[in-house]
Order: sequence, then C-alpha cells, then structure tokens
Amino acid sequence: MIKEILKILENDARTTPKQISVMTGTPSNEVTKIIKQAEKDRTILKYKTIINWDKVREEQVSALIEVKVTPQRDVGFDAIAERIYRFPQARSVYLLSGTYDLLVLVTGKTMHEVADFVSQKLAPIEGVQGTVTHFMLKRYKEDGEILEGKEEVKRQPVIL
Amino acid sequence: MSMKLRHVSSERTNQIAPSGIRRFFDLLASMEGIISLGVGEPDFATPWHIREAAIYSLEKGYTMYTSNLGMPELRQELSRYLKNNYNLDYDPDSELLITVGVSEGLDLTMRAILDPGDEVIMPDPCFVSYNPCVALAGGTPIMVPTSEENNFELAAADIEAQVTDKTKAILIGYPANPTGAVMTREKLAKIAKVAQRHQLLVISDEIYARLIYGVEHTCFATLPEMRENTILLGGFSKAYAMTGWRIGYAAANKEIIAAMTKIHQYTIMCAPIMGQVAAIEALKSGESSIAEMVEEYNRRRLTIVKRLNDIGLPCFKPKGAFYAFPSIKGTDMTSEEFAEKLLIEEKVAVVPGNAFGQCGEGYVRCCYATSLTEIEEALSRIKRFVKKHRK
Repeated sequence: MIKEILKILENDARTTPKQISVMTGTPSNEVTKIIKQAEKDRTILKYKTIINWDKVREEQVSALIEVKVTPQRDVGFDAIAERIYRFPQARSVYLLSGTYDLLVLVTGKTMHEVADFVSQKLAPIEGVQGTVTHFMLKRYKEDGEILEGKEEVKRQPVIL
Repeated sequence: MSMKLRHVSSERTNQIAPSGIRRFFDLLASMEGIISLGVGEPDFATPWHIREAAIYSLEKGYTMYTSNLGMPELRQELSRYLKNNYNLDYDPDSELLITVGVSEGLDLTMRAILDPGDEVIMPDPCFVSYNPCVALAGGTPIMVPTSEENNFELAAADIEAQVTDKTKAILIGYPANPTGAVMTREKLAKIAKVAQRHQLLVISDEIYARLIYGVEHTCFATLPEMRENTILLGGFSKAYAMTGWRIGYAAANKEIIAAMTKIHQYTIMCAPIMGQVAAIEALKSGESSIAEMVEEYNRRRLTIVKRLNDIGLPCFKPKGAFYAFPSIKGTDMTSEEFAEKLLIEEKVAVVPGNAFGQCGEGYVRCCYATSLTEIEEALSRIKRFVKKHRK
C-alpha cells in the first residue's frame, strides 16, 4: 500500500490523505499514518513544485559538470562526493559508471557564478583530477513534465 | 425537384430506430465549457513509442494496401499474444482477420453468419451497435434483460428461455459497456453450456479485456469446447489508447474467418496500414503502458464510485472497462431528462442509460477516463444538481 500512496504523491504532492483514501480504498487515518511515517524515516524527502522559470523571466544558469576523481582508501568516492554535495550550489550529485565518476548539476544566477564555483570550489578539491563543464542551453522536459507545447488530447464530447 | 424521402433510404435502414438522444447531442455540440463524462475512449494519447513507430513507417513509405487479412507480421504477433495470454492457438494465416476496429468485426460477423430472420440473443443494456448490426444483417436482435441486482450479468437460464429454432448466436461483451460488469468464469461456462446444448455460436466482444480491476478476465474461447464455436472480437483502441487508429481483429475457426474475409475484401479491402504498423508495435512492447494506464484508471474508478454513492446516486461497482453506471432513480427524472438538465444546468455531460437498451433506463453512464481533477469538479456539480432535483 505504501508504494501506491507514494506513487500518487510523487505524481501530485497536493493529493490529500482523504483523496488518497478514496483512490486506494484505504482508511483515511491509515493513509495519514503511512505518510507521517514515510516523512519521518525520510522515504518522503520533501514536497516540491516543478516550475518553468522562463515564464517569469527569472534568469538562471545551470550546468552539468563531469568530475573525474581519485577514489580514496576505505571511503571510495563517498568522501569526495560529500565534500561536493555539501555545497548548496550543487543541486544534484550522482556517481556514474563510464569515462568520468561524478556528475554534478550546478545552478547559479549567472554564468560567472557557476564558473566561479567550478574553478574556485570544485576543481581545487583534493582528489579531483579534472572537470568538464556543460552549460545547459534549453530545458525541454523536467522530471517527466514537458515544459512547452504539452499535447492536449482532443476528444469528441460524447461517444457511445 | 427532390425525391420523397422514403424512396431514398431503404426499408432495412428505416427499420433502425433513430437515436433518441440525437437532440441531446445537438445541444451538446452547441455548448462550451462542459466537463464530459460522456466519452467512450481513453484520455491518454497513444503511447509515444507506438506513434513513433507509425511515423517512422510513413517516412519509410509504408502507405499501401496490405493483405486482406492484415499484415502477416501483425497476425503472427497477435497469434503469439493470444497464445501467451489465453493459451489459445489461432493460425495466423487462416484463423485471424484484422478489422477496422471491433465495429467492423461485429458487422462482418453478423453479415457472415445470419440469414434473414435468424435471432441473436444479447444482454440489455449493451453497447449501442449490437442491436443495429444484427438488424442490418437481416437478423432479429433478442434482448435479454439484466439488472443491477444481478450485477448486470447475463444469466444462462434467461438466455435459454429465449432460445427458439431461429436462434443462431449469443452476443456478449464483458467487461461491459455501459455497466462495467465482468462475468466470472463459472457463470460464463454456464452460458457456454447453453450454447452447446442448442448449437449456437457465441460472439464475444472483448475490447475491454485489458481494462480490468482486481479480477481476472475470462476469454470466452478458453471455455471447454468453445474455441470452435466462439468468434472472439478484440482490438487495440481501449487498452493501448488507440481509438483513432481503428484496428481490431476477429479470431475464429477457418470457416467463419473465410466467410468474414469474403465480405471484408469487397467492402473494406484491408485495415489502414499505418494503424496496423502501430498495432504491431503495441503488441511488441505495449505491456508496460497498459499497466500504467490501468493503475491510473483504477484510482479514478474508486474515486468516482465512492463520490457517486456519497451524493446519493447509488452506483454498482464496476470491475472492468472505464464506466460507472449510477442509478438516478432517486431523482424525479428519466435518464434523458437527467442528462439533458445536467448538461444545461451544470454543464456536465453524461450518457442517458436508455441509449443502451430499455434496461438502461434509470441509469446514466459516466466515463471515468478523464483526469481526477475533472472528475472531482464534475462530481461537485452533479452533487449540487442532485440536491436540487431529489424526489
């Protein structure tokens, strides 16, 4: 049941326990209990909104940064990853297989801000061998949502 | 100078009752801002991988006629699908026919099997095309009443009571439009027994087979000894959200498929190739899309049924398709009055139950293949409406 509840919330965080109760046939207080527990044990991390900032002309610069690092004895990549993800500028940090090790999504107000972060904070960290910065030019789809030109289904109003 | 109308349309066409809800449709067409629970198709667009496959095929020049039976690859995939899902063996070269939706399959079946005056037994209420398809083929539709008390299931005994020496076939469609009813294997087996006892064909319209919630679908042809006497009609419209592609199929014994193909090749030639290409892709990798859609429909189903009951429109719990069929007998209106007033006063479209047969009177069909937000809004409006019109 918890999976079903999480799926509903992941799709729309504003769905109320009462609505979830009806959708799943689970008593409302049971739903509330499961959600509370999931929040407590950090299964649910946060409730967020997907926003198209272009609509309000908010300038924002994002970059994906490939980071090649030297793994350390005992802790592997984790220690360096932590040094990086503790910076609030790093929005997402992933360990990847392939030609580089960490992928860091960085956002800032200007290109300068992002560049400064990479050259002054990220690159000098001990164990970081090199970085490749890709500035993001356009966002087409965010977390499963198409930003512009989402298709509308046009149906006849009545079909028998 | 114009001819008199009675000379223009044939006796055969004239015998078909004009749709009683034509006026309702005209009204609907002139209105804006309505929330429609009156549709009969998914609100999802066809999954992208299916559309993409069709687009690619167009780029490659797949724009021609296909074999009358349908593309060999599609029939092979379909044969595999029926084997995997129901453990049924249908020879792709002689026992499967690709049709233009189940609608064509139904028409072909009736024209292929009926002689003038032959009777076909079907449940009331049922899908709107059943009755006219039989009548247009020269047959006589025999409607057997079903009721909410019996979960809108067709009782074997009621069928048997209607069998005469003119009876040729039984036509059923479960999961059902408009009720959402699903019949268990045991109860279908009883119908199969009646069919065997009186040597009747069974036409089983299983277009909603994949939209089923918490119970198992029984393919009629899997019942003991029924494969030979069943004409299984299915399609891609509902499960894969492919209504506009118009692809369905018929699976039956060689003799029946040959007879249907004879008509099909002279009247339709073949189903559109782009739809067939899309259907191949659907069969090859559409399973996960179905699972996702069914999950979403189920949430909507539980929501709409609970809300209708709360409002005071008692609603039979549908187990398949995407329709709720609440009773409106607690109001002072007929189904048509209810639908028309609801449309005018609250701008919500539902389909009056009598469109599906006399036994549908006192009910309306609400399709829940629409977003939860819209369902919630529609139900709030219906609540206000019912409060005003309670008996």
